[in-house]
Amino acid sequence: MSPALRTLLYKELLRFWKVGFQTVGAPVLTALLYLLVFSHVLDRTVEVYGGVSYTAFLVPGLVMMSLLQNAFANSSSSLIQSKVTGNIVFVLLPPISYREFFAAYVLAAVIRGLVVGAGVWAVTLFFVDLPYAHPGWILLFAVLGGALLASLGIIAGIWADKFDQLAAFQNFIVMPLTFLSGVFYSIHTLPDFWLAVSHLNPFFYMIDGFRYGFFGQSDVSPWVSALVAGGSFAVLAGITLNMLARGYKLRS
Amino acid sequence: MADSSPALLIEGVCKRFGSLQALDHVSLQVAPGEFFGLLGPNGAGKTTLISAMAGLSRPDAGSIRVMGHDTVADYRAARRNLGVVPQELVFDPFFTVRETLRIQSGYYGLRGNDDWIDEILARLDLTAKADSNMRALSGGMKRRVLVAQALVHRPPVIVLDEPTAGVDVELRQGLWAFVRDLNRQGHTIVLTTHYLEEAESLCGRIAMLKQGRVIALERTADLLARRMQQTLRLRLGQGAALPPELRARARATPDGRIALTVDSADEVAACLARLHAEGVLFDDIELAKPALEDVFIAMMQEAA
Repeated sequence: MSPALRTLLYKELLRFWKVGFQTVGAPVLTALLYLLVFSHVLDRTVEVYGGVSYTAFLVPGLVMMSLLQNAFANSSSSLIQSKVTGNIVFVLLPPISYREFFAAYVLAAVIRGLVVGAGVWAVTLFFVDLPYAHPGWILLFAVLGGALLASLGIIAGIWADKFDQLAAFQNFIVMPLTFLSGVFYSIHTLPDFWLAVSHLNPFFYMIDGFRYGFFGQSDVSPWVSALVAGGSFAVLAGITLNMLARGYKLRS
Repeated sequence: MADSSPALLIEGVCKRFGSLQALDHVSLQVAPGEFFGLLGPNGAGKTTLISAMAGLSRPDAGSIRVMGHDTVADYRAARRNLGVVPQELVFDPFFTVRETLRIQSGYYGLRGNDDWIDEILARLDLTAKADSNMRALSGGMKRRVLVAQALVHRPPVIVLDEPTAGVDVELRQGLWAFVRDLNRQGHTIVLTTHYLEEAESLCGRIAMLKQGRVIALERTADLLARRMQQTLRLRLGQGAALPPELRARARATPDGRIALTVDSADEVAACLARLHAEGVLFDDIELAKPALEDVFIAMMQEAA
């Protein structure tokens, strides 16, 4: 890891850690509230997989949803703030390559996603005893999902010229895709049309694959999920790197 | 390669933003160790040119080399050799002054740079604020941190884009003392400023830009010598009046004096002799040499 990459990564980590209540504490609390409400209402009435309670089913989904949303929030908010306040110039003036730029923002966002995800997982331990059938899959989908949303966050942060546009990106694209990805339900409970639509949502594969790591059960094969998530990341990373190499909206 | 190279070599640089030709075949060269002024009215292209030097903007045509390193093909070396103090008062609100400088050092691959950071902080009178958050600093303090950030990697070429805009006199003097020291130590300084008296006293050579074109590129002394005319200022005694032929050439100054433009010492003597012959009394007399501001205004008007 080059000194410039290490420093940019450190700066990004320090940035979110300094406002930890907002960047880590708040999403953990939000996920906990989801768990309390949904598990209270549905735990005794819904069984998604055989032998798996609804609360247990919900927890990996909530962990992954929080991880994804916070990975996106980290890279996108950092970039839009730097652009709007003008301090992006401190990163653009030094000899930092576009690949180092990409790697630092993605790594920092993945780490924030993992920290938030681990926080949600830790507080839910009080409510449910989860199995860990395939820890390798858990880790793979956590990192891959975080990286994918981190890339999307860089694209959104660079594309948006004001906070309003970024909020629209988050609320009209990221939020619906995460909510409609099977966090709160198995897609096999959906009508055929929505089942087919769900298969077009890459977020579904990340959450389904992540959940497979816990229960050893999933709506689709984890290999398919890994392929879709990995392919989606490759496409987004390619787009992001291309934007950074061209200096799109960063270098006039 | 870098040793024998100019500090800055700008060749045929063009940059267009939509219908605006921001830079129009700009070429100039700055030697190592020079204190160079880049002057021009608002919108002349100074900041665009600095952005192109720093890699913040990509020229449509032409090339820029910093200490021999092309800013596109060899951007890492070019940027290591360049320190830029941006015009805008920007800062990262998450960090303290020291964190800001350590992070900036790290971007240039420098670890354990605290001795130099402490020295910069001391020279810019920021030591007491080292652990303060950037948000807590006054505008002048933030401006000093911007200067410090540009210097953390000890660049041989330092570009100051209007560093004294909105800065009080004390800081301005302290900043210039520091920059002069850096120049004496061999750093090349490129300065843009709207305070032309600063450019006149600091810069050995000056380029003037207008509408993206270089309209003058000369030693400051030569620029001043171009305009040979001097100004004879008189405060006339009570009830005194100029002879008609001098009155036709005279203009009133805001402080109640009479100003006469003269081309030579002989003409000064002739004017005074004429006044003496007419018995015109005056309370005060002053002969003003041309200032860079006069030259600047004249050149901008000529180029219009």
